[in-house]
This record gives sequence, structure tokens and C-alpha cells, in this order.
Amino acid sequence: MNPTLVRWLQAPSIFVLLLWMIVPLSMTVYFSTIRYNLLYPERTGFIGLDNYRFFATDPSFGPALINTLILVGSVLVITIVLGLAISILIDRPFRGRGIARVMLISPFFIMPTVSALVWKNMLMDPNNGLFAAFSQALGLQPVEWLAQYPLFSIIVMVSWQWTPFAILIFMTSLQSQDQEQKEAATLDGAGFWSQFWNLTLPHLARPISIVLLIQMIFHLSIFAEIFVTTSGGPGVSSTNLTYLIYIQSQQAFDVGVASAGGVFAIILANIVALFLIRAVGKTLTV
Amino acid sequence: MAGLTIRNLVKRYGDVQVMHGVDLDIEDGEFVVFVGPSGCGKSTLLRMIAGLEEISDGTVSIGDREVNDVAPSKRGVAMVFQTYALYPHMTVYENMAFGLRQAKTPKDEIDRRVTSAAEVLQINDYLERSPRNLSGGQRQRVAIGRAIVRDPEVFLFDEPLSNLDASLRVQTRLEIARLHERLKSTMIYVTHDQVEAMTLADKIVVLRDGRVEQVGSPIELYERPANSFVAQFIGSPQMNFFTGGDVATGPAGYVDGDTLGIRPEHLIACDAGAALVSGKLELVEQLGEYALAHLITAQGSEFIAKMEKPPAEAYGDTLHFTAIPERLHVFSPDGLSKRG
Ligand SMILES: Nc1ncnc2c1ncn2[C@@H]1O[C@H](COP(=O)(O)OP(=O)(O)OP(=O)(O)O)[C@@H](O)[C@H]1O
Ligand SMILES: [Mg+2]
Repeated sequence: MNPTLVRWLQAPSIFVLLLWMIVPLSMTVYFSTIRYNLLYPERTGFIGLDNYRFFATDPSFGPALINTLILVGSVLVITIVLGLAISILIDRPFRGRGIARVMLISPFFIMPTVSALVWKNMLMDPNNGLFAAFSQALGLQPVEWLAQYPLFSIIVMVSWQWTPFAILIFMTSLQSQDQEQKEAATLDGAGFWSQFWNLTLPHLARPISIVLLIQMIFHLSIFAEIFVTTSGGPGVSSTNLTYLIYIQSQQAFDVGVASAGGVFAIILANIVALFLIRAVGKTLTV
Repeated sequence: MAGLTIRNLVKRYGDVQVMHGVDLDIEDGEFVVFVGPSGCGKSTLLRMIAGLEEISDGTVSIGDREVNDVAPSKRGVAMVFQTYALYPHMTVYENMAFGLRQAKTPKDEIDRRVTSAAEVLQINDYLERSPRNLSGGQRQRVAIGRAIVRDPEVFLFDEPLSNLDASLRVQTRLEIARLHERLKSTMIYVTHDQVEAMTLADKIVVLRDGRVEQVGSPIELYERPANSFVAQFIGSPQMNFFTGGDVATGPAGYVDGDTLGIRPEHLIACDAGAALVSGKLELVEQLGEYALAHLITAQGSEFIAKMEKPPAEAYGDTLHFTAIPERLHVFSPDGLSKRG
């Protein structure tokens, strides 16, 4: 087809997408440079980068940034490692494989809020939870998961939700792996781990980078799990950037500072994405 | 180097049995070709020798060693796959070195062996390339090179040429023959192709439905097929079969109910009086070097005669043929050759 025509045909959708992105983005940037507190509607006017300074010097900012990075990093590592292990395990045919697959994937279809509630009330609750029951059966003091290990608890919940995503992607990709290559490697004397490192992992390089990037985008903005369970506490021990922005806008009613936080989060996401793409970029060209 | 002994080999997939007690002796240094129709178990047999497929019953021995429970990589076999099965994320050099690396061979030894194999196969210019950037023929050489560097006692080839175009196939076939001449190792080769089987083999094994139908040198199978299945499988165009009323006067030993087999190239045109078989001319295929006449007998059996030049007769005319007695094959109703 004529390239000019192609471009014209693409134009409307690209324009809509651009509008879709540019309007909220520029409004956020605009709000982040003005005085805009819902409690003091009379105070207005351009204040430059003051909102950014407020946001960044907030005592919660440092811990929130670190929590965000720990949260994203651990969930990425856990889901990729678990996803690889499980998808390789269920790649061989066995009785009931279909059902096992559906059950392994299903956590992904549960709403984050619901899953967080299940974890909070049915599993981790120190009085009525399943884990507490186990501890008591063993004669141990029940652990107050959400109070004692809040960030860890959130990491567990999010990993539980997202490992299925990794499994799904890796599972389909494993099915396209050439079996004769593995047989050739077997004849060459390569055992399971050697085949894993030399054949399976390179074969999965692209799906792994896709899982990394998509998950990272979602995990930088984890909110529901924190909101439903720990509310960012105790203190700020499970507050991430998204939750801090929420506190700024909905509890302190400072839209200006919250917008500055939003812009900061966008910049952070881009920096992390840049590093990740760099890191996996070589494999992406395969 | 070593020969191979297979005794009463059985393969079952669940309740389905696909190999029914195969016995086979392969001499040291022999070039053996497995042929047979699709699904007869050629690949299965090869993969059982390699250790890629479990042995349900019976034994495989390489040299004096029974290898049923020996790991594939320790059997002293190397396999060339139909799809080449090169490792896509490694260079040609790494592909060839992979097996030696797994065996913890010293680096300079690896280097020496890869370089010399690459020279034999004339792929030394591509050593740093990725398999993705090679042509089909070059990939095939790398796959063969990967087998050579491991210096196996037995080479296994599963239809190695079937993905190549016709001219490359001829060329590679010659190279494999030369390779066998040079290495003198035992080679087992699976193919669908008549010509590959006839030209390469010291010994052909004809398989059908998981059973060995006949084992012998190409010329033995051509001249003395043990049964009508082997007779029609070896030789191209296929052997013609005549029954009952097709045959004017059968040769000695030919009784009613038997089948008479004559290869197209052994039919000699003659007069009506001397005719062994006769047929109406249906079609002539002119191939330059020779012509193939397609005929049909009075009772409707089709047959082909290979002739030096196209017959002068018009379509619909009747032609008469005879053949010298040594070229006739008589099969009893159960398909076995009466020549023994
Ligand atoms: N995994 C399996 N499960 C069940 N049956 C199988 C399996 N693999 C092969 N078979 C059967 O075993 C028989 C032999 O198969 P094999 O692949 O050895 O045939 P082949 O002679 O190599 O055929 P081709 O010339 O088409 O390659 C076939 O009937 C096939 O259907
Ligand atoms: Mg096959």
C-alpha cells in the first residue's frame, strides 16, 4: 500500500491516543506548578517547583521511594523465578495438566481488592486466619503478618496475583521450543541445567523481558492491596509512592503536591524502564 | 569403532505396539540404510538406538556393550536431525563445540577438533556466524560437523537431506558417501529416497509396520526380493505384478494364484507369438534417455514398460512383451518369493 495513505489511515487513531495521553499529562504537570489545595481554595497562583520541593522533602518521601523499589524489585524477582519454575514443571504432559494449568492461572483473574481482602481476613488475620490456625496447631504464637511484616505481606499478595501472568506467558512460549534441539543437547551430554541455561533461557529471553516490563508498569502503581490491608502502615512502613500521592491529595487535599508526586512517579517509571530495556535490550533483538 | 546388535527390540506407546521384535546385526564400519513407508518405525528404531526413545523390550548393543541403560550421550552415537536442530543462540563454532564442552574437553583440543571438522566440511568461513544466517545446505553441514567433532562410533542420520533442494541433495549425498569413506565409522541412515538408499548403502533394511521385511545389499534386494512388498518398494518405477489371465504361459514353478513380478526395465518387446504378457498402450512418457510406456492388460492390470525409445504403435494398440527367465519373480499368494 501507498505509505502516505497508510500514514493518513493511521492518523486518527494515533491522534486519539495522543490526546488520551497528553491531556491528563499536561493537566498534571500544570497542577504541579500551581498552589492548589482544596482546603484553601483562595490560595492560587504559579509557584514554580515548590510543590516538588514539598513532596520531596516530606519525611515520608524517602521511605516511600525505597518501599516502592523494594516492592517492585522483589515482586519481579519472585514472579519471574516462580513463573519459570512452574511453567517448566507443567510443560511435560501429565494427568490433569489442563486443570492444573487453569488453577495456576486463575489468581490472575481475581480483582486485586478481593484478593487483598482474602489474604487479609482469611489467611493472615492473627485471630481467624488460616496461618494463625497453623501456628496455633503447632503451639506457636500467631504472627501478626500485616502489623509485623507489612511490606513483606504486600509483596506476597502481589506475587501471588502476578506469578500466574508469568506462568501464562512462559508456558505458551515453552510450547514453541524446538524439541529436537533439546534431544540434540541430550545427545551432546547436556543435563537439565545445562539445557536450561543454554537453550531454554535464551529461548525465553523475549517473554521474560515482556513480563518484566509489563509487570514493572503495574507494580510502580500498586495501590489497592495497600489501601485494603495496611493503609500504608504501621507508620509509613508499607507506603509506596502511589499511596503517598493518595495521602497528599485525598487526606491532605493538596492537589498541587499530589500532582508533583505524580510527575515524579512518571519520571521514576521512565528511568526504571530505561534501565530495564537497556538490560534486556540485547536479548530483545533475537 | 563398533558394530551394532539389536535383539528382539519392541516398542510400545501405552497399549499400541509399534515395533514388533526387531533383530538386526550391523557390522563395524557398515553403512546401513533403513527404508520403508511412512509410519513404519524407521525414526523410532533410530531413536531407540540413540537412547531418545525408551526401549520397551529387547536389547541394543553397541560393540560388545549392551546400552539399554546407558545415557544417550555415553553410547558413542551422534545424530543428525531432519530439521538440523542447531542451537539457535550459539554461533556455528559454539554449536560444534557444545558436546565437547559438556564433556569438559580442554579448550585447545576443542579448537583443534572443531577446526579440522570445519575444514572437512568447508564451513570454516562461517564459524562465527549464527545458524540463522546460514542457508539450508550450510546448516546441514554444521549439523554433520557437530556430529563429527564428537568422534562417535556410530552416526545416526534421520532423513538428513529431505529439506534440501534436488541439486543440493545430490551433492550432499556424495559428500556423506565421501565422509563414510574417510571416517570408516558405522553409519545408520533413514530415508524415503530410493536413490539415496541404493547409492549409499552397504546394507538396506526394509521395514514395514515395525517389522524387518528383508535385510541385504542393494543389489540383493533388487535382484532377489524376499516378498512382493520389498519387490515393489525397491526399484523405480515399481515392479509390475501380473496374475492369472494376464500371463500367457508362466515360468517354471508358476501355478494358478501366484503373482508374477517383472520390473519395467526387464520387459522386452516381442511378437504376439513369443509374448509373456500383452497390454493395450495407454500413455507414453518420454524422458529423453528412455521412455515409459503405460499399458493395461486384457483383464485390466496396469503395468509399465521401460523402453529405449517410444513405441511406434498408436495409443490403443496392443504391445507384446517377454523377459528372460532370471528376471522373473514368482510370488505365492501369501506374498513370499518362490525363489527362496
Ligand atoms: N509418541 C507416540 N505415541 C504414539 N505413537 C507414536 C508416537 N511416536 C510415533 N508413534 C507411532 O509409531 C509409528 C512409527 O513412527 P515413526 O516416526 O518411527 O515412523 P517413520 O518410519 O519414521 O515414518 P516417517 O517416514 O513418516 O518419518 C507410527 O505409526 C507412529 O504413529
Ligand atoms: Mg521418521
